[in-house]
Amino acid sequence: MIEDATLIAEVVVSFLLVVAGLFGLVGSLGLVKLDDTMRRLHAPTKATTLGIGGVLIASMIYSAVFLDRLSFHELLITIFLLLTAPITANFIAKSYMHRHVDEADLPPTEGPYGWAVYDAVPEDERPIDTK
Amino acid sequence: MLRRIFPHPQLTLMLTVVWLLLVNTVSPGNLLLGLVFGVAIPVITQPFWQKRPVIKRPLRVVEYMALVIWDIVMANVVVAYTILFKSNARTRSAWVRVPLDLTSPEAITLLAGTITMTPGTVASALSADASSILVHCLDTDDPEAVRDEIKHRYERRLKEIFE
Repeated sequence: MIEDATLIAEVVVSFLLVVAGLFGLVGSLGLVKLDDTMRRLHAPTKATTLGIGGVLIASMIYSAVFLDRLSFHELLITIFLLLTAPITANFIAKSYMHRHVDEADLPPTEGPYGWAVYDAVPEDERPIDTK
Repeated sequence: MLRRIFPHPQLTLMLTVVWLLLVNTVSPGNLLLGLVFGVAIPVITQPFWQKRPVIKRPLRVVEYMALVIWDIVMANVVVAYTILFKSNARTRSAWVRVPLDLTSPEAITLLAGTITMTPGTVASALSADASSILVHCLDTDDPEAVRDEIKHRYERRLKEIFE
């Protein structure tokens, strides 16, 4: 009975590691294959989340079944990753737009002000109080 | 008085839990140290928490998280397919403007994060008056459908949670 459980855990852990490895590889491949910075941004923000997620779940199962202790570091790594990945992507997108994208190529905002990368609202009219 | 020691009880609880997760063992000493951080940090950062968002429906938050995690898994498969099997010439990237109904900064931040983590879209910029958000699509034939899906699937739910 216990051996069965170990075997199932081994299979699950190996499966997760293989899937995670494949997604990590595809994410890196995307960086090479896609041909423009905005497109390249899509590869690491997505294909790698499942890659890292798979490794983390595998690690949790492994330490619970084979090392007899629960590990929660992995949950924290997931949370930090989900918090930081969109922000880095947004920073890269904005700096790329500053240097290489012409405002005329973007869809208009259809409001009184342009996109925040190119336009600014006077301080007393800011919709969000940043002070 | 209680309010001055615990200006932000949820933050106190969260910091204590995160500390216990970081040290990975629950012992009285670690719990005490976690509580010290949990009390000290909200008191020190108090001036930054003047206007706090109010979560109207906590259960909807759980539903939203489950939906986003599921979408992230699907996003991985879709983007992996595009990378592996579509030539660059046939991949149609587009900029899409999504008008926003959300007004709270926290809700807009969550929406932007969700957009970046889900199928083939990256939130790139906000308009200067925060009335619309600029999204880059990796591969789409119908930019309007993408806009409608973001509005219907994510923004509507966030609006229910925050406003």
